[in-house]
Amino acid sequence: MPVTAVSVDTVEHALSTPDIAQPHRELGLADDEYARIREILGRRPTEAELAMYSVMWSEHCSYKSSKVHLRYFGETTTDEMRAAMLAGIGENAGVVDIGDGWAVTFKVESHNHPSYVEPYQGAATGIGGIVRDILAMGARPLAVMDPLRFGAAEAADTRRVLPGVVAGIAGYGNCLGLPNIGGEVVFDQSYQGNPLVNALCVGAMRVDDLHLAHASGTGNKVILFGARTGLDGIGGVSVLASDTFTGEEGGTGRKKLPSVQVGDPFTEKVLIECCLELFAQGLVVGIQDLGGAGLSCATSELASAGDGGMRIELDRVPLRAAGMTPAEILSSESQERMCAIVEPSDVDAFMAVCAKWDVTATEIGEVTEGDRLVVTWHGETVVDVPPRTVAHEGPVYERPVERPADQDDVQGDVAELARPSTSDELRFTVLRMAASPNLCSRRWVTEQYDRYVRGGTVLAQPSDAGMIRVDEQTGRGVALSCDGNGRYVRLDPYAGAQLALAEAYRNVAVSGARPVAVTNCLNFGSPEDPGVMWQFQQAVRGLADGCAALGIPVTGGNVSFYNQTGTTAILPTPVVGVLGVIEDVARRIPTGFDMTANGHVLLLLGETHEEFGGSEWAHVVHGHLGGLPPKVDLAREQALGTVLVAAAADGLVSAAHDLSDGGLAQALVEACLIGDTGCRVTLDPDADRFVQLFSESAGRAVVAVPRASVPAFTELCATHEVPVRELGVVEATWGTLEIEGVATFPLDELRAAWESTLPALFGG
Amino acid sequence: MARVFVDVMPKPEILDPQGQAVARALPRLGFEGVSAVRQGKHFVLEVDDSVDDDTLTKIAEGFLANPVIEDFVVRRAES
Amino acid sequence: MITFPGSLDDQDAARAVRYAGAEPVALWHDDADLHGVAAVSVPGGFSYGDYLRAGAIARFAPVMGLVVAAAERGLPVLGICNGFQILCEAGLLPGALLRNAGRHFVCRDQRLRVENNGTAWTNQYWAGAEFVVPVKSMDGRYVADRSTVDELEQQGRVVFRYAGGNPNGSKNDIAGICSPNGRVVGLMPHPEHAIDELTGPSADGIGMFGSVLDALAPAAG
Repeated sequence: MPVTAVSVDTVEHALSTPDIAQPHRELGLADDEYARIREILGRRPTEAELAMYSVMWSEHCSYKSSKVHLRYFGETTTDEMRAAMLAGIGENAGVVDIGDGWAVTFKVESHNHPSYVEPYQGAATGIGGIVRDILAMGARPLAVMDPLRFGAAEAADTRRVLPGVVAGIAGYGNCLGLPNIGGEVVFDQSYQGNPLVNALCVGAMRVDDLHLAHASGTGNKVILFGARTGLDGIGGVSVLASDTFTGEEGGTGRKKLPSVQVGDPFTEKVLIECCLELFAQGLVVGIQDLGGAGLSCATSELASAGDGGMRIELDRVPLRAAGMTPAEILSSESQERMCAIVEPSDVDAFMAVCAKWDVTATEIGEVTEGDRLVVTWHGETVVDVPPRTVAHEGPVYERPVERPADQDDVQGDVAELARPSTSDELRFTVLRMAASPNLCSRRWVTEQYDRYVRGGTVLAQPSDAGMIRVDEQTGRGVALSCDGNGRYVRLDPYAGAQLALAEAYRNVAVSGARPVAVTNCLNFGSPEDPGVMWQFQQAVRGLADGCAALGIPVTGGNVSFYNQTGTTAILPTPVVGVLGVIEDVARRIPTGFDMTANGHVLLLLGETHEEFGGSEWAHVVHGHLGGLPPKVDLAREQALGTVLVAAAADGLVSAAHDLSDGGLAQALVEACLIGDTGCRVTLDPDADRFVQLFSESAGRAVVAVPRASVPAFTELCATHEVPVRELGVVEATWGTLEIEGVATFPLDELRAAWESTLPALFGG
Repeated sequence: MARVFVDVMPKPEILDPQGQAVARALPRLGFEGVSAVRQGKHFVLEVDDSVDDDTLTKIAEGFLANPVIEDFVVRRAES
Repeated sequence: MITFPGSLDDQDAARAVRYAGAEPVALWHDDADLHGVAAVSVPGGFSYGDYLRAGAIARFAPVMGLVVAAAERGLPVLGICNGFQILCEAGLLPGALLRNAGRHFVCRDQRLRVENNGTAWTNQYWAGAEFVVPVKSMDGRYVADRSTVDELEQQGRVVFRYAGGNPNGSKNDIAGICSPNGRVVGLMPHPEHAIDELTGPSADGIGMFGSVLDALAPAAG
């Protein structure tokens, strides 16, 4: 029976027509899942109920394949790690107490599939969604970051997807007035057809102002506010995210409904200001944003987290399109909407604030006694369900897990790759690496993002971490970095996930901030592939064990499965975001050397080993992926972090840059170009020059230290057993990067190599 | 030579924030009675006689319009 | 300091006013009076989403009618970025701002040359001085017909010019202009984002807010 039938499928009708065939498979529900719904309800579901269950039980909303693995995060979080957490996994976003009465909330989410279908709008609405998540915690959104991954840089489809994604992020984020303070741009063939567009948002609030999503208090009103509800993305995020692309629409009976949602950043900006004013006036009991599963999600989650039931009069929802059915209204993914629970005595004041901001607000129902979520349509009941069964008690799968058959071969593939050895060859390699798509300047991308708005940005790209001032009086602020390396994870998912964590941790520490919490976005192929599930399981375990070792909790995250074309999955790509706290942002450490650092001593912290498995050098020069990734030693990362944070607080260092992709050579090139100041370095004569320049050993950083502070700094390193080697000196006079015995690079030459790659690929 | 017009409009079911903003502003300026505004693009192409309708459709579909979110109409000027 | 729905840099302009030693007063787009302010700053952002054209809807806000009337009586008015676009749409300044020549939003640290230090907003600068401020806009390309541009040049009403590269294809590298009496200034770059070294590329933007205090001092004192 088509959903567009003229008569509405009521509960009464469902009871009288128990044997009607329903399109549950087209909606992505398995036979046994459909049977379970019938069992829960004691009858067949109505069309509206079927729509609700199908979106909420999709992989995207229910985490049905990942749940059994994600539990491991909870099992490995100690009470001590939990101490600073005000809200964790399960809320819209994790919340961390950062001191001075401030709480910070942050989260990263994927918007991968929509961004492949329509890059501009997909990326734009990705920003919109994550910002509403942060807003729903009661926080003012402060900044965004975007970890992005695309197919090969020179591929034709990358030229379609990348400019659209970047313009979409810029168009939406800039119009919201949120500075974009960092992120990643990574190219790899495996993301062809499956770009990864992840979006992170960070927000802050006073600790007392935390708003959790729940509907409490019988008689309280349910108010839907923001944009009108239209035929946007019906079966969009959820259906797309629970199947590979077939070009088919959800089984709603309408022809060719667009799965694409168009974002309206202006409406969202106004919605943000409106919400913050509502919070400030204390007019909100509970609040939830409308995301992937629209009203289905908001109503069932609010009701199941509260202490009663809920009744919704669906015909009161303001619509943008004519003739929408209850099922369509419940599953519409129209953007820029929020749902609030408001005490009856506050409704007038609530409406007045919305009117001030010209935000459409409609009372659509109330919190009821009992434990049912009841939805009516012109007086007739179309949904009558226990909300927990929709929102929280969906199916849980123990998918088969199996180490891929080729894993040993990949790890054993340590081909003898030809290495540069002469000074000329090394010189050429430095330039080639600096110009390679994954290491070159991201300026073409980041120049399209506003990094100044709100006046609190202390560090932004190309710095290792972004840093935002939270409190203007005390200078307290937060630093953030997102990192991931799919090649490392492919070689060893457990270690690869820890390397991503270690890099984000290190990037935060080199900025002078103390790492305190972790979020993640786990981008993988199909969970129905046991090899992918093994990668996933290993990555989750690596990340959780790594967080436990570092003593910082995972506060939330997101899983994106089905990133694959045919049977070929993307490189497994957990993206890890680390949040750090700095008591006074004036103490931050810049990434680049500048004129004021002239004569400062360059020190290399950490140990360099011969580690080229999964390295950028093997990728760029040989297109090779094999062997094992660099060793990760989290105790050493922690010691390095402790040294850097202490040195920042004591003002001992003038610049610090972490060593990661591309090794020491790339770190020096970047530090010189970012601060537009040269340096002179001497390599260890007793060790291989190539290894020293290009190895990607973890746990390393290069720092510039004023000569007078060198004794204090090296003593600090000795205390924490961090190896130090004097590398050279910042040299502002000559405008060159001199690697003694290898080459002297004029900064202009390096800049030309580093900055011309993306403009050449994507236009001036 | 011929003159060809291509009108590109957001599909009816797609949100059009631009048009919506204009519609909302009109009553503030004292213009009543306009219930909806949708904003699109109007292209004027000067084309050789050798360019046939199929080619024009390809130009409109593959380049001027984004068929995921927009509809288009190709019209030759009356000569 | 006016806030329209969609204004973004309003708090930043208020901070700059505070840093300069004055008291910022928040004005709302549908306010019916100007609350006795001594000068008005129209901030950057995307008022009304910049839908239709940047500034095209904001110029009709009730408060803008008051600003236009007050400007005609000599009230100092500063339009930054979107504020500049609004002042042009409102007819307080000539010309218009179109999509950047590169067609992308551009956010970069931009060198700016002070061409006219005789306005209410630039009297603390040396003529010919150069300083670095952020420019961040989608529609920053200043255009006007030839006679208007000639008039602006001849009357010294080009207040700021881009130096070391033109970020958006602006006519004659024009970054900012003023009214004939020098009381109304509009510019695309953001002096309010250059008020300290910690959060901006320089602290030199503060001079614009200091200038207007100097310009007002004789009247006030």
